[in-house]
Amino acid sequence: MKLPHPLLGLRPVSEFIYLGDASLIQRPAGQDPSQLGDDATIDAFHDYVYLRDNPAGVHRELWFHEQGDRSWLVVTRNTVTHEITGCELARDVATAHHHARERQ
Amino acid sequence: MRYNVWQVLKQGLTGHKGWQPAFRNPEPKPAYDIVIVGGGGHGLATAWYLASVHGITNVAVLEKGWLGSGNIGRNTTIIRSNYLLPDNEPFYELSLKLWEGLEQDINYNAMVSQRGILNLAHSDAQVDAFARRGNAMHLAGAGGTLLDTAGVRKLCPFVNVDSARFPIKGGLWQARAGTVRHDAVAWGFARAADTRGIDVIQNCEVTGIRRHPNVSGSPVTGVDTSRGFIAAAKVAVCVAGNSGRVMAMAGRRLPIESHVLQAFVSEGLKPTIPGVVTYGAGHFYISQSDKGGLVYGGDIDGYNSYAQRGNLPLVEDVAEGGMSLMPMIGRAKLLRSWGGLMDMSMDGSPFIDKTDIPGLYFNGGWCYGGFKATPGSGFCYAHLLATDTPHEFATGYRLDRFRSGHPIDERGAGAQPNLH
Ligand SMILES: Cc1cc2nc3c(=O)[nH]c(=O)nc-3n(C[C@H](O)[C@H](O)[C@H](O)COP(=O)(O)OP(=O)(O)OC[C@H]3O[C@@H](n4cnc5c(N)ncnc54)[C@H](O)[C@@H]3O)c2cc1C
Repeated sequence: MKLPHPLLGLRPVSEFIYLGDASLIQRPAGQDPSQLGDDATIDAFHDYVYLRDNPAGVHRELWFHEQGDRSWLVVTRNTVTHEITGCELARDVATAHHHARERQ
Repeated sequence: MRYNVWQVLKQGLTGHKGWQPAFRNPEPKPAYDIVIVGGGGHGLATAWYLASVHGITNVAVLEKGWLGSGNIGRNTTIIRSNYLLPDNEPFYELSLKLWEGLEQDINYNAMVSQRGILNLAHSDAQVDAFARRGNAMHLAGAGGTLLDTAGVRKLCPFVNVDSARFPIKGGLWQARAGTVRHDAVAWGFARAADTRGIDVIQNCEVTGIRRHPNVSGSPVTGVDTSRGFIAAAKVAVCVAGNSGRVMAMAGRRLPIESHVLQAFVSEGLKPTIPGVVTYGAGHFYISQSDKGGLVYGGDIDGYNSYAQRGNLPLVEDVAEGGMSLMPMIGRAKLLRSWGGLMDMSMDGSPFIDKTDIPGLYFNGGWCYGGFKATPGSGFCYAHLLATDTPHEFATGYRLDRFRSGHPIDERGAGAQPNLH
């Protein structure tokens, strides 16, 4: 398996470390101290930290280029065929999320 | 037909014409008390203990492929009870005790072979940690012996104890651990359950979980399958690497990721490896099959996968581990390799629990270590299904344990499935 790094081209997967589902970028809010013990806040963090969609098919996931430029990537990969159909800098994905949230 | 030495003699003298199929190939009935989804080791063991311990036989096991097509026919066959944590160790010891009496219980030769397991230690801290784990094992009656370097060398003269990076400082030896012929476990449990009237139905894929819309709590009413709807008061999911897929049919997300684990076997050799040897620091473990092949493996590939095949970097990694531990392995030819789907949980420990949906039960999250658990898991799952209370040795295996703050993290790796 090779990952199509947006800056460095095709790189062997052994240069990378895998973290998991790209939804981990969207950490829930909840740092407001007055809400820390709320069931809703705990549920949101529990779901964020522990639960996964774990799909058989297209999966967006976080990879870290540890043996390379040390950037975080969001890779779109099929978990059944291992086919890779997309690779973006996680920074760009996170910024887009942030802007989308601001607009809300 | 009971299997015994007289049968073997009788059949031998009459041209082996009288053997019958080991189990029936029944058509699904419209309804059952309990439907078990997944005919792997755990599903079939659950069926057997439902019948033999609880007298519940209006049960079907639905398997989408053939028996042995999942991990029960893909694992490296190691059984052991050398865990540390109190939520794990008594459970795995229960399972090991069940293995010890299994062949008499189900009247099937599963080739249970208690040839021992050796975990290698490479630093003083690791030796201390093994001493602690050995003590936990003794508390659960599992036994265990701490070896020094000389003890390791005596047992395994072929290991490289003087490695510069990972010198071998000792090891934890559990003599009662060993190996079992893996697919015989599936056949044996299937045959035993079948003799009690349980329907083991192959080529029957569950495609949906139906619920009652008008009853409070919306209990399950049965499952849609590739062979039509089958009604059931209780649906017991037990599908290992496909847990996420099947529970999604009921709209539930799990604290589980599916990963691929590879295994390897060499050409047949004369007996050379005394039991099972694990080299955690080098991501490598090995045993020798009764046919003589060296059976070995290492880490999971490390990314979500439903492919039942892995990638080459891991093959290289495992081969390097083998070479650094026992350089003699370099002379053996690799014959075959394959992969299986691991239901990797968030703390490396399994689940045997009810769900929030009435009538829906879940068993999974066994990671790369569920083969040894097969009889224990079936025993405890059958107990849960029959009595609606967890078995005393499986009280920790709850689905809400992260929410309530009671993870069972043997390795202390945190909520990162590919590190367990
Ligand atoms: C390479 C490898 C090495 C391993 N080594 C060891 C070891 O040495 N020791 C150890 O203890 N463990 C080991 N394991 C882990 C162990 O094999 C598993 O944890 C265990 O077998 C899982 O339980 P099972 O037998 O019920 O799973 P499986 O045999 O996978 O059973 C699940 C079944 O569910 C079926 N299924 C899935 N979806 C559906 C559906 N929708 N409808 C109907 N049926 C469905 C599947 O076809 C499958 O047959 C290893 C695993 C692998 C892959």
